[in-house]
Amino acid sequence: MSLRPGAVLLVLAIAFLLVAPLWVAEFTITLLNYIGIYALVALGVVLLTGVGGLTSFGQAAFVGIGAYATAWLTTAHGASPWLGLLFALALTGIVAALLGAVTLRLGGHFLPLGTIAWGLSIYFLFGNMETLGRNNGISGVPPITIGPLSLEPNSAIYYLIWGMLAVACAVIANLLNSREGRAVRSLRGGVVMVESLGISVFRIRLIIFVIAALLAGLSGWLYAHMSRYVSPAPFDLRMGIQYLFMAILGGSGQILGAVVGAALVTLLQNALQDVLPHFAANGQQLEIIVFAIIYVLALQFARRGVMPFVLGYLPGRSKPVIAAAEPLPRRAMPQRGTPLLTVERLLKRFGGLEAVSRVGFQVEAGEIVGLIGPNGAGKSTVFNLITGALKSDDGHISFLGKDITRAGQRHIAEAGIARTFQHVKLRPTMSLIDNVLLGTYLRTRAGFLQGALRLDRGEEARARFEALVQLKRVGLGDRPYDQAGNLPLGRQRILEVARALAADPALIILDEPAAGLSRPEKLALADLLRGLRTEGVTVLLVEHDVEFVMGLVDRIVVMDFGSKLVEGSPAMVRADPRVQEAYLGGVA
Amino acid sequence: MTPDIALILGIDGIATGSIYVLVGLGLVLIFSVTRVVFVPFGDIVAFSALTLASLQLGRMPGTVYLVATLAVIACIVVSIHHWRRGQPERIGWGLLGYGALPLIPAAIAWLFAGASLPGWAQIPLAIALVVPIAPLIERIALRPIADASVLLLLIVSVALTFALSGLGLLFFGPEGFRTKPLTTEVFRFGSVIVTSQTLLMVATALVFSLLLFLFFERTLTGKALRATAVNRTGARIVGIRPGNTGTLAFLLASLLGAISGILIGPTTTLYYDSGFIIGLKAFVGAIIGGLVSYPGTAIGAVFIGLLESFASFWSSSLKEVVVFSVLIPVLLWRSLSLDQTDEEDAEVEG
Repeated sequence: MSLRPGAVLLVLAIAFLLVAPLWVAEFTITLLNYIGIYALVALGVVLLTGVGGLTSFGQAAFVGIGAYATAWLTTAHGASPWLGLLFALALTGIVAALLGAVTLRLGGHFLPLGTIAWGLSIYFLFGNMETLGRNNGISGVPPITIGPLSLEPNSAIYYLIWGMLAVACAVIANLLNSREGRAVRSLRGGVVMVESLGISVFRIRLIIFVIAALLAGLSGWLYAHMSRYVSPAPFDLRMGIQYLFMAILGGSGQILGAVVGAALVTLLQNALQDVLPHFAANGQQLEIIVFAIIYVLALQFARRGVMPFVLGYLPGRSKPVIAAAEPLPRRAMPQRGTPLLTVERLLKRFGGLEAVSRVGFQVEAGEIVGLIGPNGAGKSTVFNLITGALKSDDGHISFLGKDITRAGQRHIAEAGIARTFQHVKLRPTMSLIDNVLLGTYLRTRAGFLQGALRLDRGEEARARFEALVQLKRVGLGDRPYDQAGNLPLGRQRILEVARALAADPALIILDEPAAGLSRPEKLALADLLRGLRTEGVTVLLVEHDVEFVMGLVDRIVVMDFGSKLVEGSPAMVRADPRVQEAYLGGVA
Repeated sequence: MTPDIALILGIDGIATGSIYVLVGLGLVLIFSVTRVVFVPFGDIVAFSALTLASLQLGRMPGTVYLVATLAVIACIVVSIHHWRRGQPERIGWGLLGYGALPLIPAAIAWLFAGASLPGWAQIPLAIALVVPIAPLIERIALRPIADASVLLLLIVSVALTFALSGLGLLFFGPEGFRTKPLTTEVFRFGSVIVTSQTLLMVATALVFSLLLFLFFERTLTGKALRATAVNRTGARIVGIRPGNTGTLAFLLASLLGAISGILIGPTTTLYYDSGFIIGLKAFVGAIIGGLVSYPGTAIGAVFIGLLESFASFWSSSLKEVVVFSVLIPVLLWRSLSLDQTDEEDAEVEG
């Protein structure tokens, strides 16, 4: 095995951290302890904000809940700190689940504003509750003990803090590389695509919110038993922002960024506290100003933080070759010729405009149906209505005999419809294989816990192999680890087709799949779709390339101005004067 | 609680609520035009009251130094901006707008602060001193990232709050001030006593809400602001400069903030960092209105004022907890009433 510089660096860093207490000064150990405690919280922020795209200013409040919970239980009831840990985690988890359930459905700026509000609220609560010692806090918190071993000395709790941090980093890294972790990574950049794959955005958001809070609660527990004293001050909004800043400065989205960011901020703070009093009598307030300025400058000029810069100097990770594995189970395809999708009197208004007015058609299992029509005819709107991305104003849609008119995107995906989008919706910074793996979400089962503990490897290998098979099938199998965003637009469309195929759908809905493809690529795509038909998969597609459509499909539905114009075989449609008028304006 | 006490608390709540109305309207004005959730806005309120207090005491207000510092930084930022874009001829105008203009009231205050100014001149001077702060901050820290996401703007704006509170401590010091009462008359309606201060607060909120409404409905500039709020790119196409409308929004909002400060100054002791909480409470009011609706914000702000008043009767130490916790049911209500597809429509092409 050859040694990579990145691995060597990591090993050296771990070796340094292992032996540090033997020779560095007491003060440095304290500093390292704080870095570890902060990094745990920042790790949660990396998961929540950096990866999942949810901003929270309120993590300090969760640290506070963890710290106060254990401080109260161990002082007022003399309980063991380990019982305090359970209590701290349970309480933080419950509070986070409740707050998350309320605020996570709201998009954009409401969540961060909400976190500011409850962050303040919890902080004021600490300072005003008699049992929590009001602003005086709780003192005399006992140190942690392991059997006869007391972790009272800083150099002893040091190993616990950094050990827990290492475990937490490993667990989160495993998680991000699993089925649910990919779902987390797909959250940034619009929820429509995510839901169309059968992933519940709200559930994923709620779970990472709780995980981030639990990491904060764990940090609070360590803090309470390290400093042996808790008061409201370290849990105020300013600290909440500090945690967010650590994650951003480190390089949000990078697990090690949490550690790097926590170290940078802590060391910077320490340096400022040393230096600033030389410049002004009241160094404290200067510290805040300097910090805020660095913060604003960093956000203006280095939004991606330090880690990407560091990683740029390290060689990339080696990518494992994807081995053949037992294929994932496939669904039983409906009997050829049975009615698969029935659309009746479908109506959709946008304001005063009837984008789709009373459109109806039927698709039978095993056929390829083309939906064509001039620009603005309402074709994509029909697709969005069928797949549940838009809600219709009237009419009925049924699939495999079940009414799906009011069903959400996820349920429609579960029923067996997969789709691509007119405007490509991929995750450009994820690899090709990861993008396609998203499509297997509904065919696999591994949850967060299995992913985090690597109990999902068997299923994961099967899913990976399935994704590679689909990539190869669309002709993108030679470089599965390339970033999706680096593909030309036409091939990004084809990648979406592979993602849809990975879902093993009964009906695949393709919105202009051939746009931007060269002629040989179009021919290959047509062959692929014919192959699907042979397998019993039904295809419904919108396409502007009439030649492509005519040579491929069994039936055509023509739309114009939101209404169905004609339906029939390609030859019939080609000869219809109404179609010629719609396309050529009646000149022909 | 007797009906009398409830009435007193209600009047008190409406008076506080009027302040939140003014601040909330300013926040919504800034947000809708520039997409910036301007968290430091509350500081403008506190700084205005502190400035008036300094002038009344015959001291030099810290605002003078604050504005001067910000103006110098803004001048540097503007010069670099124009220089880089190869438009050195525009630097002069930039210096005039961001340097000279904000420094006029500062210079007046600097010259006359020692000699006690007549009372009638102190209030307009205090307002003129405070109004440039927010537009200067906008030019320095927010304009360079005007096209960033709402979230990034919010994070920067939270950072600015801390910078501003640090600067506040530097320039105003840690002690609290209360300004002289604006009026002292007291009216009796049966058993109820209403101070003229309360009436003044409510009347001012009403007048300025009306003026804002007229401005948006009846003037071309107001319509330009609304156009920018609806669609920045579209506004740019019809010749509206989003940068200019942004500055205007910050100026107008600052005016509302400064007036709120003058009104609240005599009723409570304010410190350099009191503004943060005032601003956040107004935010809670604005969120009730969805951060977009002016009437909704006004109703929400009055509600927060009343809630705070009644909560402080119940437990004065927990009133902040009550006020900020109310945001959670409000958000729940908003998330349940929100049409889920609405938010996502933007992503789905018709």
